Formats: sequence, C-alpha cells, structure tokens
Amino acid sequence: MRVTSGKRLDPIELDMTPMIDMTFQLIAFFMVALNFSEADIDQRVNLPGSELAKPPDVAYQEPITIQIAKDGVIVFGMGDVNLAGLKTGLLREAQMIRSFGDKKNIKDVTVIIRADQTVRTGLVQEVIKACQDAEFENFALRSKQSEDSVLVGG
Amino acid sequence: MKLRHHSRADKIDLQMTPMIDIVFQLLIFFIFTLKIVSPEGDFNIKMPVAAANVSAAPTETPTLRLRLQANDEGQLTALKLGDTVFSGENRFRDLHLAIRDLVSDAGGPGSASDQEVEIDADYDLHYGNVIRAITAISGYIEGGQRHSLVEKVRFTPPKAE
Repeated sequence: MRVTSGKRLDPIELDMTPMIDMTFQLIAFFMVALNFSEADIDQRVNLPGSELAKPPDVAYQEPITIQIAKDGVIVFGMGDVNLAGLKTGLLREAQMIRSFGDKKNIKDVTVIIRADQTVRTGLVQEVIKACQDAEFENFALRSKQSEDSVLVGG
Repeated sequence: MKLRHHSRADKIDLQMTPMIDIVFQLLIFFIFTLKIVSPEGDFNIKMPVAAANVSAAPTETPTLRLRLQANDEGQLTALKLGDTVFSGENRFRDLHLAIRDLVSDAGGPGSASDQEVEIDADYDLHYGNVIRAITAISGYIEGGQRHSLVEKVRFTPPKAE
C-alpha cells in the first residue's frame, strides 16, 4: 500500500554546510573585532571628547600609560597608586630604561595620559610634573573622537 | 572480489555534533568578549623640564598665555587669552576664531608652528575644559581636512591646591 510505504522514509538528512559556513563567518568576524589592546583601558575613565583627536599615525616607540579615573585614582602599571606611588614607579621605569644603555632612549618614551573629563586639572598637571621629574618629556593627552564640535556651547 | 566490495562501502558518516559544539562555544566566547569602543586620539605635547628657562632664548613670537579660571565645582568661569576675555555661549568658538586670526595675521606659512601657548588653569578645573581649549587652539577640520594652528602647547607648573 502506498500510504504505508511513505512512512518508511529514511531519516531526514540535514544539510549542515550552509550553517557551518555562516557560523565560521561569525567566528571570524568576532575574532577580528576582538580588541586585545583593551587590556590597558580602565573602565572608570570617561575620556573628554574632541573632534580633532585622531589615532597616532605610527605606534609610539615606547608608550607608558597613566590613567586618572573619575575619583582622582591614578592607575599606573598593574594597579591603583597615589601620587607618591606614581613618582616612585616612574623613577623606577626611567632607571630601567637607562639601564638598557644605547638601545633605549628616555627621550623616545611617550607618556600617554588618559584622564577622565571630570578630573581636576591640577592633578593632571601634578602627574605631568612627576613625569618631568623622571625626565620624561613627551606626552600624549588622550581623548575620544567625537563627531560634533566640542567648541559649541558654554 | 573482496577488494571491490570494500570500495562500495557506505559514505563515511562524519560526526558533526562535537565540531558544532566547539564552534558554538567559540562563537559565544567571541560574542561576549566583544566590546564596542569609540576610537581614541591623542594631542601630543612636548614638555621638557627645562621649559622654565626658555626665556633665555627668546623666540620671534611671544608665548601666548591662556588663562582658565574655575569655581570650586570645577566649572569654567573665565577664559582669557592674554588680555582678551572670552565669554558667553560660544567662548571656545570665539577663542578658536581669535587664534585663527592671529595665526593668519602672523604672515606666511610656518609661523603657526612657532607660536606657543601656555595653559594656566586653576587646580579645580575639570580636565574636559582643558581638552576643549586645546582643541580650540590646535586646529580645525574643514572639508574633511585637518588644518593645524598652534602645535606647541604647554602647561604651567601645578598650583598649590
């Protein structure tokens, strides 16, 4: 009988190929989009915006990142420090660079300052002063790119 | 013949399940680690410690002094470039236009890069205002092109709190 023979079908074979194609596409996309440099970005820092801020054309030779979070906490190296701790850390860093001799020059070091937009300017100046005391002289004030002009408004 | 019999074996059935398991694991991992961050940029400042006795070698263009006064809450109360006071809604815009005039008045190309601006800000001022001021003096974007005005910016030594 025809009806019964219809019931004896083989198990349905799903075609997996398109699904796997799409899944690999997605994986590839998320892998590329993954940003490992986020490791040294502190979430407590809300950068000020500027339409002129553009990423550096070439990566800095010797970057050192100092972050200042909203409540004035300085993040340097692996953890939170205060101003005195920052000074010691910077001096140690400078000493280490000098110990490399000719291979590294302290003038090539760029200190990247990521400060929150509500942080007190005096604190930023003190951080810069601390860097200068350790003989660092190149600074990069980091800000996030904004589409609109930040000059408009009081 | 036995050999021929072997070649007529069924199609090899690939086990898809473990592969798909792993692939989905990876997919979930990458989805959760994805974080969209807005691109960041830098303002470069060269500020050697010897900046204090720069006056020993006077340059042709005198250093402009940009004064940013703040109240206790860190709000900007007064914005002064030299003796010129900028106030009102668009004070940063006005400052920008003043700098633009100044740089174009100074004559031919190249003069802008010699101009130096010293930022003298109050201790309590919110840092965002400083970045706005630096944006106003360091350049502008017109027709998708970045034009730079004053590149040399430095800060006064920190004041007592």
